[in-house]
Amino acid sequence: MVASSIRDTARPSAPVPGSPHPSGVGGAHRTSVRARILGRQPIGMVLAAPYAAFIAAVFAFPLGFAVWMSFHDYFFTAPGVSVPHPFVGLGNYTQVLGDPAVRASFEHVGEFLMINVPLTVGLSLGLATALNRAIRFRTFFRTAYYVPYVAASVAVVGVWLFLFSSNGLANSVLGPLAPNPGWLVNSVWAMPTIALFVTWKQLGFFILLYLAALQNVPKELYEAASVDGAGAWRSFWAVTVPGVRQATALVGLLAIVTGANLFTEPYLLTGGGGPAGASTSPVLLMYQKGIEQGHPATASAIGVVLVILVLIIALVSKRITDRGD
Amino acid sequence: MTLFRPARLSRHAAAAAVVAGALVLTGCGSSSGANAGAAKSRGPITIWYSNNPAEIAWGKQVVAAWNSANPKAKVTAQEIPAGKSSEEVIGAAITAGTEPCLIYNTSPAAVPGFQKQGGLVDLSSFADGASYIEARTGAVAKQYASAGGHYFQLPWKSNPVMIFYNKKIFATAGISTTAPPLGTYAQFLATAQKIVSAKAAPFAIYPSPSSDFFQPWFDFYPLFAAATGGKQLVVGGKAQFTNAQGLAVASFWRQMYVAKLAGTETYTGDAFADGKAAMAIVGPWAIAVYKGKVAWGVVPVPTATGTPANQIHTFSDAKNIAMYASCTNQATAWDFMKFSTSSAQDGQLLTLTGQMPLRADLPTTYPDYFAKNPEYKVFAEQAARTVEVPNIANSVEVWQTFRDAWSSSVIFGKSPVQQAMTDAASKINQLAGQS
Repeated sequence: MVASSIRDTARPSAPVPGSPHPSGVGGAHRTSVRARILGRQPIGMVLAAPYAAFIAAVFAFPLGFAVWMSFHDYFFTAPGVSVPHPFVGLGNYTQVLGDPAVRASFEHVGEFLMINVPLTVGLSLGLATALNRAIRFRTFFRTAYYVPYVAASVAVVGVWLFLFSSNGLANSVLGPLAPNPGWLVNSVWAMPTIALFVTWKQLGFFILLYLAALQNVPKELYEAASVDGAGAWRSFWAVTVPGVRQATALVGLLAIVTGANLFTEPYLLTGGGGPAGASTSPVLLMYQKGIEQGHPATASAIGVVLVILVLIIALVSKRITDRGD
Repeated sequence: MTLFRPARLSRHAAAAAVVAGALVLTGCGSSSGANAGAAKSRGPITIWYSNNPAEIAWGKQVVAAWNSANPKAKVTAQEIPAGKSSEEVIGAAITAGTEPCLIYNTSPAAVPGFQKQGGLVDLSSFADGASYIEARTGAVAKQYASAGGHYFQLPWKSNPVMIFYNKKIFATAGISTTAPPLGTYAQFLATAQKIVSAKAAPFAIYPSPSSDFFQPWFDFYPLFAAATGGKQLVVGGKAQFTNAQGLAVASFWRQMYVAKLAGTETYTGDAFADGKAAMAIVGPWAIAVYKGKVAWGVVPVPTATGTPANQIHTFSDAKNIAMYASCTNQATAWDFMKFSTSSAQDGQLLTLTGQMPLRADLPTTYPDYFAKNPEYKVFAEQAARTVEVPNIANSVEVWQTFRDAWSSSVIFGKSPVQQAMTDAASKINQLAGQS
């Protein structure tokens, strides 16, 4: 039956033996309409429907609702409570963009991305290349890099607080070179320390992506490069880097998106965006305004601005990584 | 993020069609009218209580006592669901309409927000609502009334904060362990300096330096209450902390941070229990927590001039009971509120948790308990002189504004204290004036 349906929709004008209207115009028309509505592979729509519904329910509708909220005076109420939600135009946007704390949070996350994204791409590609070779303890290293990614942030934050406190291990090693005040209460070093933490924590996942991509780089290319006299470094730049360009685009995109959503680290590592607001992030402020303070419309405006900025950065990133294809 | 609640739009649309503007929420108005007949209805109810072992023990026994006497109006109880904070869980539950009838963990600072959501039942609407609350709690009850004079919360228990000190550390630093000089700011600073100079502890005191909106309740606010004889942060819509006393409190803490007598870095453990700090600002809950771990003493918070202990005010750190709008058997809920705050049940609360029921004349109501547990008596006496957070619009935002200014100026010294406090006061005046 499925095969028959596929044939029907794939070649709607072809006569099918046993069809009640083998040559009728009406039958061909119905098939054509069905094909237009359901596509050439209706079973595909059935299979995709649950995920489409999931996306609509947990992503599209909330996003649309957030955009709607950002243009209205809105707050959450109990069921049955009716309050007006007047349209306020760009009022919420004017308010958040006029708030120095909000503008600073975007600057902080920009600083974070400038450190985190290149570091993530460079380190994960370099380490994946190393781990792709037949080195000793390869499985151990692969696991070791992945453990921080699956460990709870709350737990590993405790370790970093110990490492980077004024009397911590990092300062003990650095001695007189240690910053004063300490890393996490230093306006200059707080955000770079957070960027370093996030890079370290997520490295395992991105290494995994690159390891998968490296399996698709033909060995013949390395052999050809070797025959042409290329050393390891030249092979890396001439074969590996172009060979995993698509993975690099993905890693860069994911690092940008997850970095822009920075919340847990400033919340826990620097005591809620400290010192004196030097490591706040837009999502941290969204949490404060939307959840703690009961101003979801203001929080939504911040969120929409963040989404737009992330899309722009992602687009620029994609253009850069697509160059040369 | 939990910002987005898909169910809300359809709920609103349906509700708007049904009630058609009949239910209008005002800033000082009443709660949801969704349960019009619920006020007189009796039957089973659900409650949430806190998730610490002592309060769970109290909650279980009070529910068991009620259920044995009221088989037709049984109470089902559970711990408040886990979340980043109880207030977020409750706020989300109000929005979804899944909150229980009563929650025994309602923060006074969150009440104006819950009221704005239409999530609370006005307890003054019960015939004996206001009179019961005021008879039980006394004059302090007025601090918990809304701007319109209504009670959307029943003052339940307080944890008046005082200064705990570690006797062992004090002895190491050569400071009296029975009458330590901590009464004035100057004495406190000198004692703190002595502790750190003697290397008896890395820090004299370690209030959390984080940016959470509620942290001022454990550094600035107790000292401000003491300095002003019991003034709230905002009175009559005007911020009060830019007065001479408020700025003196800020200056005192700034000196503590500049001299590195108080820690500025996040500490993940309990600095007082771990011996990292010689003092802590805590309530009576700490007695059970530090029992057997720290040899402690307790004194009131300092003032500029050394106010006599029996005149010092402090922050209450209260948690209250509120009735929530989706409750369908509100008459039973009100009866259970009164039952659970009766003299007998308050005595059980005191015995099982060590926290102070918000009753007038606490020491004389339970003389036997305080005779057997003298360490709690000083807190009971302090409980008569407590200051609550102001019951105002945008309460949480007001505190966050204050905290941001405090962090910037007092803790990290990024801006002048007076300028930061003045700017914060200006913003807070605007916020407090909104409905």
